[in-house]
Amino acid sequence: MAKINIDRERCKGCLFCISFCPKGLIGIDKRLNRRGVEPVKFKEQGECLGCAMCAIICPDCCIEVYKNSQKFNV
Amino acid sequence: MVLRKIYGHPKSLRNVSTHYCAGCGHGIAHRLIAEVVDELDIRERTVAIAPVGCAVLAYDYWDFDCSEAAHGRALAVATGIKQVRPQNIVFTYQGDGDLAAIGTNETIHTANRGENLTVVFINNAVYGMTGGQMAPTTLLGQRTATTPKGREARLQGYPLKISELLAQLPAVKYIERVSLHSPQEVVKAKRAIKEAFKNQINNEGFSLVEILSPCPTYWQMSPSKALDWIREAMIKEFPLGRIK
Repeated sequence: MAKINIDRERCKGCLFCISFCPKGLIGIDKRLNRRGVEPVKFKEQGECLGCAMCAIICPDCCIEVYKNSQKFNV
Repeated sequence: MVLRKIYGHPKSLRNVSTHYCAGCGHGIAHRLIAEVVDELDIRERTVAIAPVGCAVLAYDYWDFDCSEAAHGRALAVATGIKQVRPQNIVFTYQGDGDLAAIGTNETIHTANRGENLTVVFINNAVYGMTGGQMAPTTLLGQRTATTPKGREARLQGYPLKISELLAQLPAVKYIERVSLHSPQEVVKAKRAIKEAFKNQINNEGFSLVEILSPCPTYWQMSPSKALDWIREAMIKEFPLGRIK
């Protein structure tokens, strides 16, 4: 169980995260941000692996990754 | 079920939006350096030397001490700071126009003296800040503002492989070429940057990490095509891996 948070106002729409998400869980949000860019958005309904590929390739540090942790799940 | 943050903004990177174009590799490289500085716990004693080029405003993005240098002179400024304050961790962040064109002199002599410094060298095969002119690292056949028909060896010479040149100098400790064209390569790039910083912490001498970085704007392609171009064209000319 995992999820990501995307800072939609900082996103510049390079779409690197979309090309590298192994589950195809990132799409384009047609609602423009303040930059005038169509930012990316997370598809909540899918099963995110928490692999962080999207966050690692993001040039603008827009993505935070949250993952279920065994340590905190006891 | 508790979700724990496993990846987020590093402390050494300010929480601001950068001026870089969409898909520019500078943002990734800035973040990797900030992560390495955090992980090595050297934020309070790190001094960055910002270059002239697109990354000229890097000091607005890193949350540690920074200095600016005149075009190409980052390693001369770094040498001065490191020699006066050897307890500081001093690194330069330079592009190809800065390090391999106007600053070639400073680069070669600093490496030859084996100064205990770390260099992060961003190779995007073009001059970004001034409008996409040919850089020393521009590939043969690559179209730029000053080589509209593509770079020709007869007229403009061959791409300059500065990392291979520097690797011949006996005082150089570590040189590696990495790329930012996929998450896997970004992880390898971070490992190389960390190694270069560790060398300086252990007083082992001059370390340089060359990063092949996308410039979609002046390569005149979409950001994802730019990553493909690194993989298909740039790596052939600039092979990845440890050079020294």
